Amino acid sequence: MTARVQTAPFDLAAEMRGFGEGAGAIVTFSGVVRDDNGRMTALEIEHYPGMTERALNDYGQEAARRFDLTDWRIIHRHGHLAVGEQIMMVATAARHRRAAFDAADYLMDWLKSRAPFWKREIAHDGSGKWVEAKTSDEEALTRW
Amino acid sequence: MTLDILYFAWLRERIGQPRERVETDAATIRDLVAELAACDEWHAAAFADMSAVRCAVDQQLAELDTPLAGSREVAFFPPMTGG
Repeated sequence: MTARVQTAPFDLAAEMRGFGEGAGAIVTFSGVVRDDNGRMTALEIEHYPGMTERALNDYGQEAARRFDLTDWRIIHRHGHLAVGEQIMMVATAARHRRAAFDAADYLMDWLKSRAPFWKREIAHDGSGKWVEAKTSDEEALTRW
Repeated sequence: MTLDILYFAWLRERIGQPRERVETDAATIRDLVAELAACDEWHAAAFADMSAVRCAVDQQLAELDTPLAGSREVAFFPPMTGG
């Protein structure tokens, strides 16, 4: 039951060692930097130190309560991340698969629009452009 | 009261600094925004469209009508794009 914000890469397999021991279902999701238009080389991710950790912990605890999780983990990176690098991961453990899937989905929806991270796309020429929030991400929260 | 004001992402760039300390009697975030926007053209530009600005008081997400009494830190930022 941990949330971490860090610049360093993480090893998904290492993170999952011992995670959710005794659970019937474990779901992991990881987000990877992708280049949609062939112009991007990296993302720069800014966050709000102090508030970000608090927000991730709050959402993790809320998911645990709501879906009766036996374990959860959130890791989100910040700083300069090249295309292909992992940005973040969410893992959930529960007695049954539906709860584990739903909790991971719930956490991703909240992270997208409520955790204080901002992405800037870095192009091949070094110029940067802030990624705008999508209304679809905001609408996704109404599901819960 | 003395408030630490923090700016992130394009608000930080538009205002030209990540944080500042202000003396204010603003009752709500809305009042504080009006005071800050009157500082100079950079603040005015940053706060020109409040539908594109989110805020937090003492590291909890807040609305424009949130009271500021007893607060220490107010942050302004664009809609989040994590995950």
